[in-house]
Amino acid sequence: MGVGIEVNGLNAWYGTNHTLLDITLHIPANEATALIGPSGCGKSTFVRCLNRMHETNPIAKVTGEVKVGGVDIYNDTTAVEVRRRIGMVFQRPNPFPTMSIYDNVASGLKLNGYRNRRVLDEVVQRSLQNAALWDEVKDDLKKKSGASLSGGQQQRLCIARALAVDPEVLLMDEPASALDPVSTAKIEDLIFQLKSQYTIVIVTHNMQQAARVAERTGFFLNGRLIEFDSTHKIFTNPSDKRTEDYITGRFG
Amino acid sequence: MATMATPLKKNRLNHHWRWFANHLASVLAVLATILVIAPLVAIFIDLVYKGASSLNWNFFTRLPAPVGEPGGGMANAIIGSAVLLGLASLIGIPIGIAAGIYLSEYGRGTRLSNLVRFTADVLNGVPSIVMGIAVYALIVVPTKTFSAMAGGTALGIMMIPTVARTSEEMLLMVPHSIREAALGLGVPTWRSVLSITLKTAMPGVITGCMLAFARVAGETAPLLFTALGNDFWSTRLNQPIEALPLQIYVYALGPYDEWHRLAWAGSLVLIVLIVVSVALVRYVTSRGVLKGAS
Repeated sequence: MGVGIEVNGLNAWYGTNHTLLDITLHIPANEATALIGPSGCGKSTFVRCLNRMHETNPIAKVTGEVKVGGVDIYNDTTAVEVRRRIGMVFQRPNPFPTMSIYDNVASGLKLNGYRNRRVLDEVVQRSLQNAALWDEVKDDLKKKSGASLSGGQQQRLCIARALAVDPEVLLMDEPASALDPVSTAKIEDLIFQLKSQYTIVIVTHNMQQAARVAERTGFFLNGRLIEFDSTHKIFTNPSDKRTEDYITGRFG
Repeated sequence: MATMATPLKKNRLNHHWRWFANHLASVLAVLATILVIAPLVAIFIDLVYKGASSLNWNFFTRLPAPVGEPGGGMANAIIGSAVLLGLASLIGIPIGIAAGIYLSEYGRGTRLSNLVRFTADVLNGVPSIVMGIAVYALIVVPTKTFSAMAGGTALGIMMIPTVARTSEEMLLMVPHSIREAALGLGVPTWRSVLSITLKTAMPGVITGCMLAFARVAGETAPLLFTALGNDFWSTRLNQPIEALPLQIYVYALGPYDEWHRLAWAGSLVLIVLIVVSVALVRYVTSRGVLKGAS
């Protein structure tokens, strides 16, 4: 089951560049939350702060509080533990090129020392089914490299890989921006099905996509969270002038 | 129509020039390729011509014959070279790869990594005879004996810079997104480095190791003051040991025709052994690569 995320007074920097200013928002459990905004507005940095990937950059810095399911991820636990509980799907599909399809999906468990074959077989099948990829790859699981799949299949493989470690939250950083429309539609269908089991946070440039998949939408601009509300409200009757300008295409 | 004629003519001229430039570039590229291959082929043909006739079963199974007696072989030198190169690989490859990992994964941009990189490049430029003298002072003098250990160490140290620098380059070529994928799954950094980054870079890292191996396999100078050479059977690490390049060196300088023939044969065997071991490693490591893996 998914858990909610509470963010209080989050600030982030790359070097001297203050990229996130005082973000406070509550992301509810088992819903899809979309983050929109022009390039460089800080939405990617924001999701990377939610699983402590931000700090893998040596010049990055972060302050403030992030609680996932009530646990303060910066003070009560380790970065490795946080990332096990919070899965991430990146903008460009990044399967491990040296691994088979099977090993890609099982990698999160295998690399953490899990070896029980029967359980691994089961997890791989279930994760690929949940990522709507099983039927396309079930005959080549151990024969083909993850890198041999098409771009859209690779991205679903990455989703399966993230699901295999059974996370509570799934962060998606523009998961469909490198894909063609058919693959994009498949990913969106998938998000629809997955949100019954996981809390999903999706960064997107595509406002129709946000409107299609997300219950709630946050609008970022210049490192600030301008508005956060139900998707319906954001797209029909935003309270802030800047949100309205953005969604009506006046800038960005 | 008259206005069309001018640009068309000009185009044709361009077309001829492009055709010429294209073929010129192709011819130059082929010539360069031949220039690269020619010396190797020439050396090999020469070696086969002068050395193959002296190759027989005895060459691979017998010790060198006493001076003045015909026959004899280089069995001890072949085994000795294998021992020395095994030792050198055991020393040079782990240290080299570890240094490469440090340079690309942990120390990026730090002062220590710049120092390590600089040291490796300088070490790479140290003449091999100097390496021999250094190891002589460090190991042979304190232990009071020439030894296989000293020879293997000298060759191993010579392997380190090549292995370290190529490993670093190959690791840096692994896309950042692959590292992020591993970290994003909650894999600890050390595990991600060994199981993901290093594994992805492995074909290139192995090429680096093979380059270093092939380079030291033919070295004579660092062995002169360390392994020394040995006319008898020995695989003991604390005793002097024979090596193919040393044996070739001695025989080639000697006054007997028989020795010269053996030196040619030894050179042929040395080159074939290097080619075979490189090919073998390539074959073994290329098995199990998946369809579509890049």
